[in-house]
Formats: sequence, C-alpha cells, structure tokens
Amino acid sequence: MSVNLTLLIVMGVLYACGIYLILERSLTRVLLGLMLLANATNLLILATGGYAGLAPLFNKSTDPRDYNDPLPQALILTSIVISFAVTAFMLGIIYRTWALARQDDIQDDAEDRRVAKTPSFDAEDDSVVPEETSEFPVTAVTEAAKEGGPL
Amino acid sequence: MNIASLAPLAVVLPILGAALTFALNRNPLAQRAVSIALLSLTLLLECWLLASVWTTGTASVTLGGWQPPFGVVMVVDQFSSLMLVVSSVISLAVLVYATGQGMADGDREAPVSIFHPTYLILVAGVSNAFLTGDLFNLYVGFEILLTASYVLMTLGGTGPRIRAGVTYVVVSVVSSVLFLIAIAMIYGATGTITMADLAIKLAELDPGTRNLLHVMLLVAFGIKAAVFPLSFWLPDSYPTAPAPVTAVFAGLLTKVGVYAMVRTETLLFPGDTLNTPLMVVALLTMLVGILGAIAQSDIKRLLSFTLVSHIGYMVFGLAMSSVAGLAAAVFYVAHHITVQTSLFLVTGLIERRGGSSSVDRLGGLAKLSPLLALLFFIPAMNLAGIPPFSGFLGKLGLLQAGIALGTPLAITLVVGGVVTSLLTLLAIARVWNRAFWRKPEDADYPAAVLKDTAAVGLLPRTMVGPTAALVVFGVALTVFAGPLFQLAGNSAEQMLDRTAYIHSVLGGNAKVPGIAAPQGDAPTGAVPQGGGK
Repeated sequence: MSVNLTLLIVMGVLYACGIYLILERSLTRVLLGLMLLANATNLLILATGGYAGLAPLFNKSTDPRDYNDPLPQALILTSIVISFAVTAFMLGIIYRTWALARQDDIQDDAEDRRVAKTPSFDAEDDSVVPEETSEFPVTAVTEAAKEGGPL
Repeated sequence: MNIASLAPLAVVLPILGAALTFALNRNPLAQRAVSIALLSLTLLLECWLLASVWTTGTASVTLGGWQPPFGVVMVVDQFSSLMLVVSSVISLAVLVYATGQGMADGDREAPVSIFHPTYLILVAGVSNAFLTGDLFNLYVGFEILLTASYVLMTLGGTGPRIRAGVTYVVVSVVSSVLFLIAIAMIYGATGTITMADLAIKLAELDPGTRNLLHVMLLVAFGIKAAVFPLSFWLPDSYPTAPAPVTAVFAGLLTKVGVYAMVRTETLLFPGDTLNTPLMVVALLTMLVGILGAIAQSDIKRLLSFTLVSHIGYMVFGLAMSSVAGLAAAVFYVAHHITVQTSLFLVTGLIERRGGSSSVDRLGGLAKLSPLLALLFFIPAMNLAGIPPFSGFLGKLGLLQAGIALGTPLAITLVVGGVVTSLLTLLAIARVWNRAFWRKPEDADYPAAVLKDTAAVGLLPRTMVGPTAALVVFGVALTVFAGPLFQLAGNSAEQMLDRTAYIHSVLGGNAKVPGIAAPQGDAPTGAVPQGGGK
C-alpha cells in the first residue's frame, strides 16, 4: 500500500493544531480544535484507501487493481455529515453561553468547588455523640455499660 | 426468512416515531400517544427476538442485499437481545415518567415538542449500537445516540445545563474522534470493518499492531463507559439535566460503552493480552468512584459517582475473560441498568416532594411520604448488594469467578469489590439517615415544602407509577435470577466461543481462528477457554 506523503504531513499538522486548540479554555478555540481533529481524521481515513485510482464505476475492460477503494470515501462522507451536525450544535451552545454569561470561557462547576472546600469534619457524622435524651430513665445496666464495667 | 429479519425494526420504529412526533409538534397529546405506542411496540418486538434467539440461536440479517463482509450486517445474539429488552423496558418507563412530569409541570423546563422526537432518536441509536455487526455502523449508532443526548442534556438552555453540556459535548466528540481514528487504522491494517470478518483477520496481524488497535478501541469505549481515568466528565455533566434525562443516560449510555468493550474484548481481541491492565483499571474505577460518592451531599451527584464506581464491577467481570466472570458481568449490566435508572427516577420524585436533591436540605421524608421511602429503599439496598437482591447475586457471581481465577490480582479485586460494596452501603445509608429518617427541623437549611404535610399533589401518579413499575422490574430480576443467570451464562459461552457469531454472519464454512497467544511468543493455537491467565 502506498500513501501520499503530503497528505500525511498535512494530517499531522492538523492533529497537532487541533490538540493544541482543544486544550484552550475559550470555547470558540475548542470548537476550532474539534473541527481540525475531525478533518485530520478524514484525511487519515482517505489515506487508508491507498493510492489514487480510477473512479469505481464498473467496466469489464478495466483491471480491478486500477480502481480507487470507494469505501473510505463513503466513510468520510458519513463522518463529514456527523461533524457538520456537531459543529452546528456547538455553535448554538457557544452563542447561548455568550447570551447567558457574556463570556466565551468554560466555567468551573460550582458544586465541585463547594465539595472541594468542605472540611473533612462533618458536624452531623463526626461530632461527639450527645447525651442520652430519651424519655426512658437511665437504668443501672446502661449506666454500667457506659462506664465499661461488668454488667 | 426468520424472525431476525425483523431486527432492523428495533431501530426503524423509534426513528419513524421521531418523524411522526416531530410532525405532530403542535399537538402534545398525540405526540405522547404516538411515542409511547411505538416504544411499546418496539419492546414487544424485542421480547419476541429474545425468545426466538433463545430457542434457535444467533441470527444475522444483511441490509440492502450487500453480502458480508461488504455490506452492513445486524446480528442478534443472546447478549444483544437481552440488552435490547432491558434497555427498552427502561426507556419506556422513563418516557411515561417524563410524560407525567410534562403534564404536571406544563413543560416549562422540558419543552415537550423537542423532547419526544429527540428521545426516540436516542432509543434508536442505542438499539443500533446493540444490534450492529459492523464497526463503522457501531460508530454511527454511537453518533446517533450522542447527538440526541447533546440536545437532551442542554434541554431548555439554562445556565448550569449549558455549562455541563459543554463538558459533555467536548469529551464525547473527542472520544468519537478517537473511535474513528481506530476504525481508520483497523481498516488500513485489515481491509474490512465487518466485526465477524475482523475476528478472523485481526488474528493474522502482527501482535504489536494488534495491541495498538486494541488499546485505541478500549480508550474510545472507556471514555463512553466512564472507566476510571476517563470518568471525570460524568459526575460533572449528568446531574444538571432533567431527572428523566439523567435517569436514561445513567442507565443506558455508559452501558452502551460497556457493551462495546465486551464485544471488543470477546469478539475482536480474544485472549488475555490486556486483562491485567483492565483489572487494575477496574479496581481503581470501583474505589475512586465510591470514595467520590461519599464526599457528595447532592443525591444526583452521589448517584453519578456510584454509577462510575459500579462500572468497575462490569470491567472486572470482563477482564477475567472466563465464562463465569463474563456471565456475572452480563447479569450485572442488566441489574445495574434497572437499579441505577430507578434510583435517578426516585431522586426526581424526592426533588419534587422535598424541594431539593441536596441531603443538607432534606429530612423526614419517610414520615411525609412512606411510599417514596419504600421506592428509594428497595433499589438503594439492591445497589449496595444486600441479600437477597439481584445486586448481591451479581456481585456474588463476580466474587466467585474472581476466587476461581485465583491470581493475586483477582483476589485483590475481590477484596476491592467487597470494600466498594460496603462503601456503597455507607454512602446510601447517609442519604437514608439524612433525607428520610431525621426530623425536618434537623436539616441544615430545610426547604419550606418539607413542613407542608398536605402537599400530596407534588407526586403525580403518572410519575410514581413508572417508578414503581421499574422498582418492581428490579425485584423481578431478583426473583427470576435463575433463568437470567442461565441466559447470561449461555451468552458468555457463546461470546467466548465466537463460532456461532462468525458462522451466522459469514456462513458455516468460515474458519474460526484460535485464541492468539499473548505477544506471539507461541504459535497461534487454541488456548483452553475459561482459564483466564
């Protein structure tokens, strides 16, 4: 199987830029990064089809080895449609974030921050057990048990 | 022509329903009727499929007349049909619950005209992922269900949901890209993406290449299944969605990831090449997940962490790659889908009755609404694995299989499993003590509704009904655990044997390769199954 070196290099550059961009905190850059990743993957799928060849329209006089492999192109078509839908949806989310918060950044989870600040001591679970407040009178037996003496 | 030819209907019917409900978006009543009717029909069809696979064995159907390995195939075997039936029961119950909520609330937070079509598309994607026998079609199934889940996750577009939705969408898209890269590389290496054909051709590859492909697929599915180092996104994103949406996500989406992992491990990459790392990951998933759960005070977040933690049990059963371990994992998946979904539905009810889902603000619910307490108590004890519930039986099966395996790592996992089970009980007991048993006055910031004993109208029958039905279904899994374990055992045997699957797709003459020896230090030969490492 032969591959096109230019395509491979372009693919590598796209992956590198895409990974750099999705690590950003700005949503628009994350979206651009995801688009680059999707396109780099499309190039990768194209590369798995091998060398360029004739259009795969059946003709009895053509040697089968001259045809291009049509399956990767079908796969790319599907993946383009999917990434189109996801990109449109992401744009909608980014617009909504802007409308709600006037910012383009990914926000922290408030509940996460709250749980992280919680002290390890919990008043309800960890405090000393309060004195007996039951309406039943304290008997000699429970008194003895409290002091650890013989029953 | 057999019953399996009807299998694609499990995908087509919900999509048809989505189109119809979308056309009927001016008429909520008709929308509800159509979606519930079509999902019930799908459930009946899937029960029929399960019954026929049970008697006649694995069957496959080729779509569009393209013969495998060229066209897309759908394969119905015992595992996939079991998953289909359980997932449809869940989605039907959640749909009725959501309808009830919509009728009670006037659709303020969940616009019903979008909810029904999207929900049905989600169900179609899940069915497609369970049925397909083609790797790229599995990717398409994942994308169908993920795209629908993006919409459901951000339903209503409120601030917290958008924030959670961003994390969820970005992580899901990255995992999909990884999956697609893995598919491209597998196609480049073998020239096929039909799973049955891959089972034969991957065995002929160089072990190094095969391991690379194997790890890439597992990472992609690991993100979707929320296995430990890749599980960070789940507790951040699930709890903000509407209660029915969280319930169906928790029950189904991660399990689709687990299902894909099971298929990868048993059909595409059999043998024990990655069993040790998988076991370590399973142990970490169980412990880190449950320790996260203990720190939470919000019930939805706590349940999300227990969800992550219990994925570890399924990965443990899978990593043993013995019939007993895999059978227990299959049983555990069926049990966990039901129990986790019922708990999230009950949490939705708690939120309505108590005005909050934070245990700091709740109290005295057991006295206020004994029915609610009962509905919470049964699945909660089931989740913690208290005998005689199905959670106990599933864990017992896993622990027995681990002890039968007997390696030091397996024994460590058995201990870890018991510890996780006890910690789950602790986490659940904290919720029970605070939300249900203490007096409302003892709550840190009691919600005003708690003192209003007359507020019965907060729990409409249309919401309590499906929750109760799901809890009863969970108990039924316990009562009929015998036949279910037998079904799980059969499907585990079939999956490890692979002959039925490959023959049903490629015809009876296809040669089933033996299990490849790890790292290729011995010639490929049949290693006795059921032994693990």
